[in-house]
Amino acid sequence: MSRVEVRKTYKLFIGGAFPRSESGHSYEVCTHAGTFVANAARATRKDVRDAVSAATKAQPGWAGRTAYNRGQILYRVAEMLEDRRDQFVAQVLAAEGGNRRRAQQQVDASIDRWVWYAGWADKLAQVIGSANPVAGPYFDFSLPEPTGVIGVIAPQRSSLLGLVSVLAPVVVTGNTAVLVSSFERPLPALTLAEVLATSDLPGGVANVLSGPVSELLPWLAEHTGVAGLDLTGVDDAEMATDGERQAAVNLKRVRRAPASEPRWLDEPDLSAMTTFVETKTVWHPMGV
Amino acid sequence: MTLTRPQTGRDRLNSLRPSLSAADIDDLARGGPALRGFLRGLPGVDQVGLEGRAAALATRSIKATAKSFAIDLAISMLDLTTLEGADTPGKVRSLCARARCPDPDRPDGPRPAAVCVYPDLAAVARAALAGSGIAVASVATGFPSGRTSVDVKVQEVAEAIDAGADEVDMVIDRGAFLAGDYDTVFGEIAAVRQACARGIEAGGARSVHLKVILETGELATYDHVRQASWLAMLAGADFIKTSTGKVSPAATLPVTLVMLEAVRDFRASTGRQVGVKAAGGIRTSKDAIRYLVTVNETAGPDWLTPRWFRFGASSLLDDLLRQRMRTDSGHYVGADYVTMD
Amino acid sequence: MTELDVAQEFAYAPAPESRALVRIRDEYGLFIGGEFVEGTGEPFATVDPATEERLATVATASAADVDRAVQAARAAHNRVWGPMPGAERAKYLFRLARILQERARELAVLESIDNGKPIRESRDVDVPLAAAHFFYHAGWADKLGYAGLGADPKPLGVAGQVIPWNFPLLMLSWKIAPALACGNTVVLKPAETTPLTALLFAEICQQADLPAGVVNIVTGAGDTGRSLISHPDVDKVAFTGSTEVGRSIAQTVAGTSKKVTLELGGKAANIVFADSPVDQAVEGIVNGIFFNQGHVCCAGSRLLVEESVHDEVIERLQQRMGTLRVGDPLDKNTDIGAINSAEQLAKIRRLSAVGEAEGAQRWSPACQLPERGYFFAPTLFTGVSQAHRIAREEIFGPVLSVLTFRTPDEAVAKANNTPYGLSAGVWTEKGSRILWMAARLKAGVVWANTFNRFDPASPFGGYKESGYGREGGRHGLAGYLRPSPGGASPAGAGVRA
Repeated sequence: MSRVEVRKTYKLFIGGAFPRSESGHSYEVCTHAGTFVANAARATRKDVRDAVSAATKAQPGWAGRTAYNRGQILYRVAEMLEDRRDQFVAQVLAAEGGNRRRAQQQVDASIDRWVWYAGWADKLAQVIGSANPVAGPYFDFSLPEPTGVIGVIAPQRSSLLGLVSVLAPVVVTGNTAVLVSSFERPLPALTLAEVLATSDLPGGVANVLSGPVSELLPWLAEHTGVAGLDLTGVDDAEMATDGERQAAVNLKRVRRAPASEPRWLDEPDLSAMTTFVETKTVWHPMGV
Repeated sequence: MTLTRPQTGRDRLNSLRPSLSAADIDDLARGGPALRGFLRGLPGVDQVGLEGRAAALATRSIKATAKSFAIDLAISMLDLTTLEGADTPGKVRSLCARARCPDPDRPDGPRPAAVCVYPDLAAVARAALAGSGIAVASVATGFPSGRTSVDVKVQEVAEAIDAGADEVDMVIDRGAFLAGDYDTVFGEIAAVRQACARGIEAGGARSVHLKVILETGELATYDHVRQASWLAMLAGADFIKTSTGKVSPAATLPVTLVMLEAVRDFRASTGRQVGVKAAGGIRTSKDAIRYLVTVNETAGPDWLTPRWFRFGASSLLDDLLRQRMRTDSGHYVGADYVTMD
Repeated sequence: MTELDVAQEFAYAPAPESRALVRIRDEYGLFIGGEFVEGTGEPFATVDPATEERLATVATASAADVDRAVQAARAAHNRVWGPMPGAERAKYLFRLARILQERARELAVLESIDNGKPIRESRDVDVPLAAAHFFYHAGWADKLGYAGLGADPKPLGVAGQVIPWNFPLLMLSWKIAPALACGNTVVLKPAETTPLTALLFAEICQQADLPAGVVNIVTGAGDTGRSLISHPDVDKVAFTGSTEVGRSIAQTVAGTSKKVTLELGGKAANIVFADSPVDQAVEGIVNGIFFNQGHVCCAGSRLLVEESVHDEVIERLQQRMGTLRVGDPLDKNTDIGAINSAEQLAKIRRLSAVGEAEGAQRWSPACQLPERGYFFAPTLFTGVSQAHRIAREEIFGPVLSVLTFRTPDEAVAKANNTPYGLSAGVWTEKGSRILWMAARLKAGVVWANTFNRFDPASPFGGYKESGYGREGGRHGLAGYLRPSPGGASPAGAGVRA
């Protein structure tokens, strides 16, 4: 008789802990082929509320760390991802189908993408900041600062590489994130949450909710404690437009859903980071 | 291989010219623009540089004989404290008993310098400490907030002294300080100072020490702490004290460093030595030893005695005793093996 | 007065860091093509400057050995490192950073034994910064298109790098990390009195599985350095050391296509105004000249203090100097360790005698120096002017010359009155004045209300005879890349091909 497996329960990731949804609801997650895998928590507006609260609390501390420290922590996340490479390959294969080689390529690209973003922590300011040659005896400089709590809708199809490509840029810049995972393919996101929890990332910096985008998005979009919104994973054009309209309540910085599925393997531009930073310009006289 | 020995305080005092005469201090005591101008003219404190220096002092490695010495010195510098709404005579007696003999296995070992209580329990402490040589310190002046009238404050001081307090820990009016009303802050300290002289007037031989609590956590900037330190010393403080322990942050190494610089400079300017008490948030022997290193390398060895430096703490004694047992026995010690209040 | 009222002296007991952590071999070879090989030059000894005891015998790389190393670097560049995508190079550099962190204590102890600097400094400054340099530059390897040098800048090829003895491991990281991040391969020569951490770094390269030939270490003295710098197949020369040698390098590369960056000597002015935060200024003065025994090119070796506060500042400074502890570098409480060599100690003594002869007033705190080893007490000269040799010549030891000034203009003039221009310090609570001074000081690095702060993200380098080129930051990459068309090169990239 073959050994009985101990199967994992998938829960939400809020404030560094793994609670179930306050509603107690769950939904069935299946593989790409349609086999049952697990019941994932079905997050509600109250979970959104709690996640935003955790992200708000964590944001000043996270932004206040040195860029070097953030870069180190994110590199540690990459170390943990690499350590679990086989596990992620299996999960991506189950969620997205295709063959093992493709899944490996996706996972390797995800780890390298995370490393790429980690390296931006202590460089972005040098690339997009400036000293400004104003016409007067003033020292004038512009530097990026994190925007705050960012709501992120993760891509529906690219369950790991697409996820990493929207989450890493938010946290590397000193923002904190409330991320809604792919509804049908949430498990890589939830396993990533375990990685985050073991990487010295402070609780609340990244929060992961599984559940239907149509139910969770409006609460994120209208929350006036959320300062930015990434709509990348919103497949339905009307839902995306509604989200953008709702986000205008407090003039969130919005990253619109792409017109078509992005080529995730291509090196990104800087917009995933620059959308969620504010530019602060400071003047100081130069005089004896 | 031997290391350099620092110059002693004696050498330093002789080499610095006092620059504030008694007449100068009287002028400042009149308050107004002279006092304001003086306080504002003190050198500023750069936060990053100050905290860097405190962090560097914290890297000193105090081992073996130096560590035993430091632990014993720290025990002898304790103002063992209980300042809770729930304090009872029984609690105070228990605390005093521990002060008299913190470690029954070392009956001749070091003992706290004082026990610190609320004024209405000062008499209980006095009785419990009779003949021990351990002082009774009482808080007063509307501790911890200080939000009562100066008459009530002075009255409270008188009651504490009559009840047997050897030392009075008063709080300054932080609101007045932050509002720039230095005259009021000065005046209150001076009034309490006068009330402390009551102990002598009443025919007693003891002089009542006045400690002035700045409540550095509420003063918020190091510049303010330096100004308040000087203000308190000019007004006659015998000790300047960091905190009530009821507000966070309480004592920190950088804030204590600023205050040690202030007492050092005050003595150099006036010839009068003032003590420093670090109170609140000092829990481990490691912390306490860092403070002693800071005293040693800032104000100097002249301050390394309970006469001029104190720790206001309650649970610190637990760790000091535990660490002392560890260095004596060579192994780690559990909580059950250490006395309690 | 009770027993307790008498102040006590707090004597710190010895607190030695353990040497047992470090295994020093009896002999060391060269590191070429990923392997340790024998050198064909005359081997030399490296000595512990605190005890004068021999630590190890180290190979000397002859001209032929240098040639082998350059060939190994060239092969690695052409076949492996040059074609490798930046993202892959990055991961090697991250590995090196991580191993430096993992073996941090071992590296710190070895550095203090070989160099003489206090363990507290090697532990808290040198080694963490070295790891940080690799970490920072790892992240640039796959982002070079954002460095301001065009969309696709290219490596130069093989870099010949010669480093000094004052921060052996840190200077190694300042050279190797950016070179590798930009796709170059390197041949590096550590100083002859401090080769050991470079050789341990070679072992770390092996642990990281760095491809053979990407990093090569050739030990030796002046001749080895000359062979390396003049080797025809070296595309880039990077040198940190004395202005004298820097000048001869600049002469040697004339007419070739080698790119050069030089980081040379200094005689920095540390300028203290009357409205400075005086206690922190005193710390800054002390740190400026006594950190690392004053063996720092950017040391604040001239104190320019506003005349109105001269006496007060000097009194406070002397008081503070009285708490400095000179002695065993491996004692965790030591502030000032050993001078690196007998030669350097002789130079410091000679120039200090010059200072006395010139009429400056010399002072040191009471200090009992160890009987063995190369030690020098922290020393202050007051009454110094810009006409004194001790205000003009780099002493490279724990010796501070004090001058005064009356106005900001005068401070600027005196500060700039030197062929050097590496760094300067400004102490005042007035922000505008900080910026006004910074704009006028002819120095590559200006520290305001702080001193001796280094970060891999912050470009470092000098004006005038302190050298050219920058190390660290986005600007530092320019020294190791050929810009692609349409890209602007940050100024001061040194001699262009």
